[in-house]
Amino acid sequence: MNTLRKFCTRNFSQNKIVLFAVLAVMLVLACALSICYGSVSFSFSEIGDVLFGRDKTSSVYKIVTFVRLPRTFAAVFAGAALAVSGVILQVVLNNPLAGPSTIGINSGAGLLVMMVTTLFPAMVQWTPFAAFLGALLASLFIYGIAACTGASRVTIVLAGVAVSSFLSAGIDTLVTLFPDVAVGANSFMVGGFSNVTMDGVRLALLCIVAAFGLALLFGHDMNVLLLGDETARSLGMRVGVYRFALIVISSILAGSAVSFAGLLGFVGLIIPHGARFLVGEDNRCLIPTSALCGGIFTVSCDLLARVLFAPYEIPVGIIMSFLGGPYFIYLLLQRKRSKIYD
Amino acid sequence: MIKLENICSGYGQEIKVENVTVSFQANQITTIIGPNGCGKTTLLKTACRLLRPFSGTVTLDGQNFTDIPPKEFARQVSVLPQGRNVPNITIENLVTHGRFPYLGFARKIKKEDKEIVLNALEMVGMADKRNNNVMELSGGERQKVYIAMLIAQNTKILFLDEPTTYLDLNHQFEVLEMMKKLRGQGKTIIMVLHDIGQALTYSQRICLMDHGKILMDDEANKVGESGLIDQVFQVHSQVMEIAGKKVYYFMPSASISK
Repeated sequence: MNTLRKFCTRNFSQNKIVLFAVLAVMLVLACALSICYGSVSFSFSEIGDVLFGRDKTSSVYKIVTFVRLPRTFAAVFAGAALAVSGVILQVVLNNPLAGPSTIGINSGAGLLVMMVTTLFPAMVQWTPFAAFLGALLASLFIYGIAACTGASRVTIVLAGVAVSSFLSAGIDTLVTLFPDVAVGANSFMVGGFSNVTMDGVRLALLCIVAAFGLALLFGHDMNVLLLGDETARSLGMRVGVYRFALIVISSILAGSAVSFAGLLGFVGLIIPHGARFLVGEDNRCLIPTSALCGGIFTVSCDLLARVLFAPYEIPVGIIMSFLGGPYFIYLLLQRKRSKIYD
Repeated sequence: MIKLENICSGYGQEIKVENVTVSFQANQITTIIGPNGCGKTTLLKTACRLLRPFSGTVTLDGQNFTDIPPKEFARQVSVLPQGRNVPNITIENLVTHGRFPYLGFARKIKKEDKEIVLNALEMVGMADKRNNNVMELSGGERQKVYIAMLIAQNTKILFLDEPTTYLDLNHQFEVLEMMKKLRGQGKTIIMVLHDIGQALTYSQRICLMDHGKILMDDEANKVGESGLIDQVFQVHSQVMEIAGKKVYYFMPSASISK
């Protein structure tokens, strides 16, 4: 692992291209497996027939087009979006503990999604916007606390915990008051992709792609922000404007993901750290690496969730925490010498 | 040149600098000294635009600070703040950030920028370590790398807040010699130092502060001879000549009266 890390953090862009290629192959492989396996398994040739339009009638076609493909897409994009959102938040709040789930962004998005589904069921197609709005309000609130009090890293996370639990209480209230409408509430709160349809996710996927493009553009500026507010300002950066823009981008990413995937917790916190372990802190590389790793991790977890106890399915959030938790602790132990996590 | 007129400045509600008027001379090393909490850093931050004053005007070459776009300002004035993050990046990347005010929208680093960065690294003697991580460096080396970033920013005015604090004596002198060298290249340097002896030997001008006001702003010799330093810091100063150079030594005034 250490040689892998050394290989990747060296300054040669060639190595980075190799790394991107390896990750891309892994992602394609994970997607292929995710399409093939599940409660019913198909062979690669059956899938090929469907993908290249030779088979348009069989049950294989129906399962692949209406269940497996949307589900795989949704998992890839949700994982990538949450991971990149986590990278951005960690830079903006200058806090390694920040992530869409830790500072209440996911719950903010979740609460508004819940409000739409329970209080205004007719407007259900606007869920992504509601999620984005919830995410934005929650993140601006946390950022406001950080800016007003010049809060330390710990204060921000504690504020995030408070905001999260407040918003979760809101979600719980809605679930209690509208038990019939909130049928899927439980799976929404754990997070999962079992109810995903292509029509339901199209808008959210577009938002994710657009926000991801913007995040890539801001890579260099995020590196400057990492030097600290005063240094960034002395270099002529309008720090406030950039922070605000980045918060909006990360809210779009997290909000869009939550709108169809529910409150997937861990991806946004651990994937940025895992990716940083591979490529270092240069955000120009870190953002695409996080996106790829987030996609791979989420698709793989979703696959495991389906096949481990097939034909029964367990929520993907559970798998994520079982795999992610120990891995995160491993990362922390690896970093014990450096002072990032002071 | 940078000029502050009737400045009141501070943090939040608290006024740390009161009604100060001062201008910094071109191509000189000016050092701001004064006891802890007297408003040195506040004055420095206000003069380099990191802090917006409550009242009064600050101008750069006659132009009001608020009228200068941030990037344009960063091409003329660079700052080494007191507290900084230690990023987990290579030295070369850190110093390259000094070129940020010159980058276009695409943020593309040109060949010319790379040369400037390399020259800056050579000037502080860190060129052969440029691929090392900033986090692995000692305090003294880190300081040199940050100064290299300021050199790469290539501004005519440099502000440094306590550039020698926490450094070993030899590194302190290295940093001060660098300031001397930069002045030789025509730069203007304004800094805060804690070591009064070093401030008096290395600066052309001294700005002595106490309780948010400037007590004296004059040539270093005159401030040294004025006796005000003894009064403000409650010390007894002794001037000696070593190898033809004036050296200042300070003792607590209580120990003299015994």
